[in-house]
Amino acid sequence: MTPETIDQIFVITKHWLLGYVPAALQPIVSAILSVVPILLAFPLLFAITTVLERKGLGRIQNRYGPNRVGPLGILQPMADGIKSLTKEDVVPRAADQIVHFLAPILIVIAAFLAYAVLPIGRNMVVVNLNAGLLYFFAIGSMVELAVFMAGWSSHSKYSLLGAMRAVAQMISYEVPLVLASIVVIMAAGSLSTVAIVEAQTGYTYTFPHWFVFTPWGFAGFILFMIAATAESNRSPFDLPEGESEIIAGYYIEYSGFKFALFFLGEYLGMFATSALAITLFLGGWSAPFSWLTWIPSYLWFFAKLLVLIGIFIWIRGTLPRLRMDQLMGMAWKFMLPMTLLNLITAGVWHFMPGGILRWIVCTAMVVVPCILLSRSMKQGKTLQVRTYRYAE
Amino acid sequence: MLGVGILKGLAETGRNFLGSFVSKDRLTTIQFPEERAPRIEATRNFPFLVYDGTDPMSGLRCVSCFICEKECPPKCILIEKSTDKKPDATGKPQFYPAQFQIDISVCMSCQICVEVCPFDAIKMDTEFELSTQDRFDDLLLPKQRLAKSNEYYHEIHPTEAAAVDAELAAARAKAAPKPVAAPAAVAAPAPVAATLEPAAAPAAAPDTKGSAV
Repeated sequence: MTPETIDQIFVITKHWLLGYVPAALQPIVSAILSVVPILLAFPLLFAITTVLERKGLGRIQNRYGPNRVGPLGILQPMADGIKSLTKEDVVPRAADQIVHFLAPILIVIAAFLAYAVLPIGRNMVVVNLNAGLLYFFAIGSMVELAVFMAGWSSHSKYSLLGAMRAVAQMISYEVPLVLASIVVIMAAGSLSTVAIVEAQTGYTYTFPHWFVFTPWGFAGFILFMIAATAESNRSPFDLPEGESEIIAGYYIEYSGFKFALFFLGEYLGMFATSALAITLFLGGWSAPFSWLTWIPSYLWFFAKLLVLIGIFIWIRGTLPRLRMDQLMGMAWKFMLPMTLLNLITAGVWHFMPGGILRWIVCTAMVVVPCILLSRSMKQGKTLQVRTYRYAE
Repeated sequence: MLGVGILKGLAETGRNFLGSFVSKDRLTTIQFPEERAPRIEATRNFPFLVYDGTDPMSGLRCVSCFICEKECPPKCILIEKSTDKKPDATGKPQFYPAQFQIDISVCMSCQICVEVCPFDAIKMDTEFELSTQDRFDDLLLPKQRLAKSNEYYHEIHPTEAAAVDAELAAARAKAAPKPVAAPAAVAAPAPVAATLEPAAAPAAAPDTKGSAV
């Protein structure tokens, strides 16, 4: 077995299985064979992530985290799953029954659909759309619809507030999310995710041509990750589900397995945007050094995905929740100007001749506005310990 | 610049994360069934009956005077007085409780029974693993389950028990007729405890000590 065979083992297996299928059924069987592994792998990753997240957050807070179910608590997702499956499914009497039922399903479907264009390995993508990135963002905005359906149909003040917050936040952050990824489209000259990954597969002195290793790519990656955190409603942008303010936000009226579906959809959305960040900036399934290319491409993809998930967990364990005005101010006053400037930076990078001067100019074009913008955002704000006149 | 504080915070949480794997001192959790926190002397939950000597039933200090039953605010104590007298641990004939029940599902752990008892017969326990499948029979404790030795009392509340023993020994020495060698009949731990300084007794020790023994 050569490294190439191991790298392509899933592709080879699929074609071998397709050989046993009559030609008329081949398209549908091919689709099923592509989709089913994704439907299995990513929920499994969700299960692993939940326990890793709880253990990681525990360690960050100097606790053990779950360690009772199975060795080191790794069977905790099973216990959680059994619990949520056996719980009573309560639907409020005033709720819009159909929409209330459809919302959790839609959020999971929207999250799963996004995986269609994500290349998880060499030649391993469900469909290679030539407008893949556009498709991803179009599917990504379906999540907002599902969230608002959940909030509205529950017929509860808190869930409506949470849904309103969620929609405001997700629409605001969708703008920088898309703008941050446009630089990659400019550089790769394609909307196809496969072509974007292939544009990054070269190596110079064993170092990869990932877009993150350019000034505009690095800035774009950071901006993309901030926007992706907000898009997936993760801490510190988890206002839509702020437990201390609006209890649980849009899914307050959900219980049992529907509640678990919301969690699943949320995490799948997080994985999908992380996978897109990998595809756009971190070279997709390509190895970080040319002498590591013998490791199968799908392993690199999942390794990068786990690293990004770890960063998400780390961020969640570190930062407190933002206030609504801070959240919106961040989106419109900082993220939007920075992403627009980043577009210009990417253009300058493209047209300047390669060399040290290009690096200096482009780095300055990213760093100087960042410093100026953060200065201007701080202006008029004095950070001090708040004193209370009446409450002590 | 924007983000410096975030990086500082990330460094702090990262230090906590890695440190929790390296040093055990960081982890404050006590993993209960396997590990146990050290016993806190001042803790209390439900009352128990103290007995001297070796036989739990005949050594009970309780003489069924009904004071605790009458004082108990939630009325969780039930006493049935004996019709005969039996010798207690000191050999003196006493009434004894034919039946002594405490319903710990009703008890509110107020310690009033302990404070009113003139015989130091009832004290607060620290046993907390009382969950049970049967909420009636297993939570209505009869005197067989309530009776616990003076040594156990010394184990859970050392300073308080020492003070109680000292007072009991003093009271017995005072009440005993001169020629009779009463101190010899006193329960074994009492002389040992009597040597302790009374000043070591905590303020929490019940101050309503009778001298009727």
